[in-house]
Amino acid sequence: MKSRHKSIRLRPADITIAVMTLVFVIILICPLFSLFSKAFLDSAGEFAGLGNYIEYFSTPSLSVSVTNTLTVSCAAAVFGTLLGFLYAYGLTRTNIKGKTFFRYVAMIPIFLPTVVHGLGLVYLFGKQGVITGLGCDIGLYGRTGIILSEIIYTFPQSFLMFLIALNYADGRLYEAAESMGCSSLKKFSHITIPSVRYTLINSLFVCFTLAFTDFGAPKVLGGSYNVLATDIYEQVAGQFDMNMGAVVGTLLLIPAVLSFGVDRITTRKNNDGISSKAQPLKIKTSKARDGAFYVICGGIALCLLCIVGVLVMGAFTKYYPYDMGFTLENFNFNPSTGGIQSYMNSLKMSIVTAICGTVFVFVYAYFIERGKCFPVLKNAGRILSSLPLALPGMVIGLSFIFFFNQKNNPLNFVYGTMIILVLANMVHFYSVPFVTASSALKKLDREYENVAESLKVPGWKTFCKVVVPMSLPAVLEIFMYYFMNSMVTVSAVVFLYSARFKVASIAITHMEEAGDIAQAAAMSLLILLINVAVRGIYEICVYKMKKTHKYGGNET
Amino acid sequence: MAFLSVRNIVKHFDTHTALKNVSIDIEKGELVSILGPSGCGKTTLLRIIAGLETADEGQVIIDGRDCTSLPPSKRNFGIVFQSYALFPHMTVEQNILFGLNQQKNLSKEERKNRCQEVLEMVDLYDQRKKYPAQMSGGQQQRVALARAISLKPAFLLLDEPLSALDAKVRVKLRSEICKIQKRLGITTIMVTHDQEEALTMADKIVVMNNAVVEQIGKPKEIYDVPKTAFVANFIGTMNLYRREQKIYGVRPEIIEITKTGKMREVESWKGVIEEVEFRGALTRVYGKLEDTKETICADIDSARAGSLVLDEQDQVYFNIPKSGIICYPDAQMPERNSL
Repeated sequence: MKSRHKSIRLRPADITIAVMTLVFVIILICPLFSLFSKAFLDSAGEFAGLGNYIEYFSTPSLSVSVTNTLTVSCAAAVFGTLLGFLYAYGLTRTNIKGKTFFRYVAMIPIFLPTVVHGLGLVYLFGKQGVITGLGCDIGLYGRTGIILSEIIYTFPQSFLMFLIALNYADGRLYEAAESMGCSSLKKFSHITIPSVRYTLINSLFVCFTLAFTDFGAPKVLGGSYNVLATDIYEQVAGQFDMNMGAVVGTLLLIPAVLSFGVDRITTRKNNDGISSKAQPLKIKTSKARDGAFYVICGGIALCLLCIVGVLVMGAFTKYYPYDMGFTLENFNFNPSTGGIQSYMNSLKMSIVTAICGTVFVFVYAYFIERGKCFPVLKNAGRILSSLPLALPGMVIGLSFIFFFNQKNNPLNFVYGTMIILVLANMVHFYSVPFVTASSALKKLDREYENVAESLKVPGWKTFCKVVVPMSLPAVLEIFMYYFMNSMVTVSAVVFLYSARFKVASIAITHMEEAGDIAQAAAMSLLILLINVAVRGIYEICVYKMKKTHKYGGNET
Repeated sequence: MAFLSVRNIVKHFDTHTALKNVSIDIEKGELVSILGPSGCGKTTLLRIIAGLETADEGQVIIDGRDCTSLPPSKRNFGIVFQSYALFPHMTVEQNILFGLNQQKNLSKEERKNRCQEVLEMVDLYDQRKKYPAQMSGGQQQRVALARAISLKPAFLLLDEPLSALDAKVRVKLRSEICKIQKRLGITTIMVTHDQEEALTMADKIVVMNNAVVEQIGKPKEIYDVPKTAFVANFIGTMNLYRREQKIYGVRPEIIEITKTGKMREVESWKGVIEEVEFRGALTRVYGKLEDTKETICADIDSARAGSLVLDEQDQVYFNIPKSGIICYPDAQMPERNSL
């Protein structure tokens, strides 16, 4: 007697994951498909093959921006990585004091839209900048400005990557080298550098991609120096040449996809190299080394603080640089450029994005990691979840217009509302939270659901009462990540906001364009404030959770 | 008819077969131990009985009902895992009440009482406000046991329940589990790779190897008359010799060592001592047989070993009573047990 039990039972888990996958396809794959189809069609809708690309590259004024973009991105990648490495090295391998302070200062750029980095530079090096006033004109507008701004933008990303990589050090290797009489320099070049080589490669690619696809800094500082991101905006919003916009959009994808591929490879290789027997590294005392890193880290931190400093100065002075009297008038925003309403809109959008994004990411990750559902759907989910990492904000924004603005699309109604902004942000910032969620879920004992089921507790209840509370730190981290990024994002929303619903980061661009840089500075401070507050609340929550023994159980 | 039967279960994973046509019958109230080396399929079998894995072929019949395609929540069992799987953000009491609170037919009072009852059974009622992280491993496993029996399940599944514990705690908890099991008369299936655990606790042992059942029987039966060479070697230690297409097994403890040979009714093999290992009450003597160059090991009283004055390279006789030799049809010779 033989019976087959591979009967197909449709479990609720299968239905949920299938629906979520479908949603994902609609908000990710369909828009991307629209983008690609636009790039290969001419304006009349006929198939054009590579015609659009040929046209693009044969227009000298356009193709020069490819060279420009490459120049600034390479510079930003090299300097961003170098500074990030040095700063992280100082914080992990030396005995300098105030490491916590340095760590938080390094994150300042993350709390601000990239246009604000540019704005800070304008205050420092612009025509009437503080430093220019001291007789040092660096000719900010154009290449120099964009490069400086992109370094500020990429520095914290690189720093955070190196912080993790350098934090892990196998003390045994250094002791062995010591016993063989190796010099410090030799230890550095033969142990330290090889141990972070994958991070180094990754950081270069990530920084390159960030600078390559950034829109905020070139918008503020570019002047006549065109880059791809400003081109795409010009083509779409200025000349309504959607096909040419799509062409530039696909060009922006190239480094992002490359970087994504490199990340996949290096992550896999990196995992091989970590030994569980590693001993923590004992940092030796060295006055000279510590002194040098005080100078390096202090210098970098000072620069970042200066940016905030000049924003504060700009926001609270009556008419910089002519009337330096204190005023709060700049916080009384001019409604024509967005006003305080744009700030409220940003808050609303970020909160909704954070809630929807966190729920979607966490539930989806749960089914993928722990759900009892079809393996095919799980694998599809994994692939979909890693894709957004390779999508620059501008590409997402552009594909969203192409897809949602079609007359015959039943989802057309979201166009011009907050919903489309929320969806774009959810997709744009999806991949990092997904990794956070899935690694937190993997750490939970895999028998929890089985025990609960044997106790006849339904799956959703186990999810709410066990899985979510156990993963609370990860859930909060995801929420914070979504919120902060939605507050500062420019690139994805620049195509999607409507006059009815303008957000703060866009408003800053407009204020800056209209010459209201004091108001722009004031708005930037408000964004900084809320992000620092959210981050602070998050840190306090996590600190408190770690202190209670509830979460001490499985952590060793 | 047996309370729980598993019939002709087959289970394949991507690359290997975990279970090849496995059938077991378990009577009501029995404590059955599924014993085998790691990777033999014993945990898979347990998970199929629980409904946590689906078998490719075969049936699971519980109390006369075909449960093969029922989900775990419909099978009415309690389960204890090696990792305890206690919810760390809940107190002991909350852990127990997690399942009980789902029983809508019980009043609040009844649930509380039941919680107290099971916690008293494992002697942890006064610890009920603690979080799992504040307790020792043994205590946590007792909480897991209390939680598993809280809903008065029809049977209890224990998946390597003691493997994560220290040796001392393990021994103590063994008897505690047995006591509770006898008191409740609950049918229990315990998966373990520890032969001592199986021998001391179980009413019946199912020995598994390479996805098949090698032998089912009472602990003493399994030890005294192992049906296959694998069982013989896996449970306790067995000297195995191949003679004329057959395999003969000899337990080390029945071998006697003398400095001079002969005696009737006894196989007396000449050999050389290679190593003497003091193990407390017993002393294990490893030797090499002169005729065949095969190794042999014998356990003798340490007191006797002392009086014999055994040294390495000594010539001795290994004496084996005929009744102590077990014969197997020639199967593959198992890997020698290193114990």
